[in-house]
Amino acid sequence: MARIVVITSGKGGVGKTTTSAAIATGLAQRGHKTVVIDFDVGLRNLDLIMGCERRVVYDFVNVINGDANLKQALIRDKRVDNLYILPASQTRDKDALSQDGVERVLNELSGDFDFIVCDSPAGIERGALMAAYFADEAIVVTNPEVSSVRDSDRILGILASKTRKVEQGGEPIEGKLLLTRYSAERAERGEMLSIEDVGEILAIELLGVIPESQAVLNASNAGQPVVLDEESDAGQAYQDAVDRFLGEERPLRFVDVPKKGFFGRLFKG
Amino acid sequence: MGIFDYFRQPRQKSASVAKERLQIIVARERAARSGPDYLPAMQQELLQVIRKYVQVDDEAVQMNVDREGDCEVLELNITLPDDQD
Repeated sequence: MARIVVITSGKGGVGKTTTSAAIATGLAQRGHKTVVIDFDVGLRNLDLIMGCERRVVYDFVNVINGDANLKQALIRDKRVDNLYILPASQTRDKDALSQDGVERVLNELSGDFDFIVCDSPAGIERGALMAAYFADEAIVVTNPEVSSVRDSDRILGILASKTRKVEQGGEPIEGKLLLTRYSAERAERGEMLSIEDVGEILAIELLGVIPESQAVLNASNAGQPVVLDEESDAGQAYQDAVDRFLGEERPLRFVDVPKKGFFGRLFKG
Repeated sequence: MGIFDYFRQPRQKSASVAKERLQIIVARERAARSGPDYLPAMQQELLQVIRKYVQVDDEAVQMNVDREGDCEVLELNITLPDDQD
């Protein structure tokens, strides 16, 4: 039985797809057979971030509708063993993701994989609800910024009530917080919500902090999950987050401002 | 903090403003979604009943469900306007 993990946030543009690609790749690198599914029907993008956009033949909705089988639709990653991508459809039909259909596909994948990573679309519409509904665990991607934090709290409410686990009388899913685009300097100057601020408001376990980093755009430009850029701060921070997700202890990195010398402190504007 | 900062007017940092605003709105939204489903409709009906007698605005009726041990307590707050005799 696979563990189903939803990567969600409510707000768009905070790094869900970047995170889905990074976490899925990190899990596969550690030997877990992993599939990452793009639930953003109509606005397919995971394929671009994973660098496999030209290899898409069939998609998630094709499989749901029986136009293709999973074997035909799954794209095997060429860089990392054990990693597969199921791309989203570009159909504009909002009802394409039927609950029965999604369940059938997840059940089929579940026998074959260790992890199923669901890349949720933004918002709280059907695609987002479907991505969350079958999840066992959730990673809530949040920027240290008011609208993102508020939307994350909305999503936590949905995770606590509208999932299969809860409907079957199980425990509600407690999302784990992944704080992205964090700038230690700005937080120290009081211009950005700090890790503690966001943690206090959302009151969930902290999975990791990803610093604002040039490496993320470089990675998406190249179609390489940023976690593969092991020299970069963001890549290393994602590797730490994957380790913590698997239950290891890792200290937070890239969250402190480098200490300045005497003159640096004296003349800081 | 640099030496020149000592001469500046202290003012509230934007992050602490953000935090305060978030704490208030998040608490309010959590209370709204944790209550029973009938709460918003009941609030509207109560408002209509009250308006038969006193003119109050939409914000005048506040409802809150609290849990105290095994007991659920429905707290109802009606703010009357100042200019009542």
